[in-house]
Amino acid sequence: MSLLEVRQLSVRFPVRRGLFGGVRAWLRAVDRVDLEIQTGETVGLVGESGCGKSTLGRAILRLIEPADGQIIWKDTDITTLSGRELRQWRRQAQIIFQDPINSLDPRQTVGDAIGEALDVHKLAPNRRERQDRIAALMESVGLDPSRASDYPHEFSGGQRQRIGIARALAVQPDLIVCDEPVSALDVSIQAQIVNLLLDLQRTRGIAYLFIAHDLALVEHISRRVLVMYLGRVVESADATELLHHPLHPYTQALISAVPVLDPDSRRKRIILGGEVPSPINPPPGCAFHPRCPWAEPKCKSIAPALREVKQGHKAACHLITADNSTPGNPTATNT
Amino acid sequence: MVPAESTGQHKDRVLPGAPSRPGAASPLLDIKNLTIEFGSFNPPARAIEGVCLTVHHGETVCLVGESGSGKSVTALSIARLLSSPPARYVEGEIWLDGHEILGLPETELRRLRGRVVSYVFQEPSASLNPVRTIGSQILEALKLHQPSLATKEEVVRLLAMVGIPSPETRADDYPHQMSGGMQQRAAIAMAIASRPKLLVADEPTTALDVTVQAQILDLMRELQGEFGMAILLITHNLGIVREIANRVAVIYAGQIVETAPCAELLRQPRHPYTAALIRAVPELGRRANRLHAIPGQVPSSFDRPEGCRFHPRCEFARPECQKNSPLLIPAGLGHWTRCPWHDQLPLAPLSPDSKA
Repeated sequence: MSLLEVRQLSVRFPVRRGLFGGVRAWLRAVDRVDLEIQTGETVGLVGESGCGKSTLGRAILRLIEPADGQIIWKDTDITTLSGRELRQWRRQAQIIFQDPINSLDPRQTVGDAIGEALDVHKLAPNRRERQDRIAALMESVGLDPSRASDYPHEFSGGQRQRIGIARALAVQPDLIVCDEPVSALDVSIQAQIVNLLLDLQRTRGIAYLFIAHDLALVEHISRRVLVMYLGRVVESADATELLHHPLHPYTQALISAVPVLDPDSRRKRIILGGEVPSPINPPPGCAFHPRCPWAEPKCKSIAPALREVKQGHKAACHLITADNSTPGNPTATNT
Repeated sequence: MVPAESTGQHKDRVLPGAPSRPGAASPLLDIKNLTIEFGSFNPPARAIEGVCLTVHHGETVCLVGESGSGKSVTALSIARLLSSPPARYVEGEIWLDGHEILGLPETELRRLRGRVVSYVFQEPSASLNPVRTIGSQILEALKLHQPSLATKEEVVRLLAMVGIPSPETRADDYPHQMSGGMQQRAAIAMAIASRPKLLVADEPTTALDVTVQAQILDLMRELQGEFGMAILLITHNLGIVREIANRVAVIYAGQIVETAPCAELLRQPRHPYTAALIRAVPELGRRANRLHAIPGQVPSSFDRPEGCRFHPRCEFARPECQKNSPLLIPAGLGHWTRCPWHDQLPLAPLSPDSKA
């Protein structure tokens, strides 16, 4: 049994004419996405801005209402939960955001920010216990518990992200959706936060849905990785498999675009033309075809389905041949 | 994936540090011992202290640092873009193309801005006027600095050069009608319109997606080849450094801690901060259980530690490091470090298993 199973999830936003006008079009932010997360594992979700990765993360927690599809949490369908039941379920799944300063109330002390989660879910029977719990949580994320009465602005960016994590941990969740948790931080601090997340996972068995645009980081901490483009998953595989045998031309370009430090490394670079098209009016056929260096006529008319190419490796591309090679795959074409 | 013969390709890219190429006797940009303070606090906030930096004609230098390290202050000081007050140029000299910037009257300075040095910033929307078309803004830059070229044709040529599709029609677009990547291209077109000798790019790709970042870096390399201009690129991303730099200067808490030719710095860092920074970056295919974090935080410009500024976070710190402020010392040809113990420390950057 998976911890979380998402089936054919779609999220659509109305595009209106003016402020009160009628709906002009529907923006498909997330389009029929399947996703599975096991207890205690990390699933990475990568893509460029506007690909729908954050929307998907929020829709899973029902912070944005999905238009279609099902979210199954440990065999229970939570897609239709509401009111009290939904609130109770939320204890089990939490989220941390990119910019911790925007997710913290500037007029609330850090202790209260963490304690609020305890209050909402009635996890601390009395004052004394509440304080102890807050102190223990702060300690577990590497913050000095004596600073519980300080305000968010008195902390640095990395420390604020630790507060966000402590807040999520307060309710002892089984899943934390990490939405670009380190992209606003300096490199030296990024590593601290990533290590903290890894430690917490090891000691508490929390599963993560790790959303980021930094493929190197996602590959580093995830067991499986999903690549999104214009609202759809275009490829999903084991992290190492995805890195060494990417099948979708977009994944290949994404990997080649990651700058590498090693001055001795020599990689073939695929520099994509153009930019991500508007999701309001996506290209027909394969949404990636206008930027794809190998697009064929059928890519312009028929949308490729996400299919299992080999065990545990799915890709949505017409160009994958029977021997699992694509024009840009360096291992298959031997260039 | 890593054949050793590829090293030669980098050697050609590295221009000599101190003695420059024949015909270019003095560097294009020479910042000497620059110290800048802010505010009326006591003691004042020292954004940078004793910064020395040179950029030669046609060279690409990267200035690498974390937030609050003083890298943007250094960049802005080159054309004296930091208004004073609140900034105070306490000490030092900035020589740009034979002019000493800090002593220059405003009228002469204005002739250098654009013609000798121009800027590209992180947020393209910050350098573009939202209520005027892209074309008219580039035309204005041309009228100011290259009046003989101030024509619609030249604007279209520039837009085409930076890779904006159908430049004739896009010239009439307003900035908000363009994507972030296109805006940055337009901002670059505006910056190079005046044919500057030095392009200062302050985190030009930080706000962009990785595939667009690759495009913009490629574009900058191309333009450099075409115009032979020098580039000073300010970044926090060591991966970008590897892609584009000839030489690198690493800045920490307001001081340059190491400077070296790019490949050498990445292969053989000689300062513990540089070495730690390189190891902190997650690299594709370098899967390990944990990342190498640097403990603590970048000190703010108000309470910088005594002695070596990196010592509270340095894994090799010794008692002496708390007291003595180290100086930049040579550590090889064109290679300088602010760590007196550099030759005794195991500063191996990339572990051998990373080259699998």
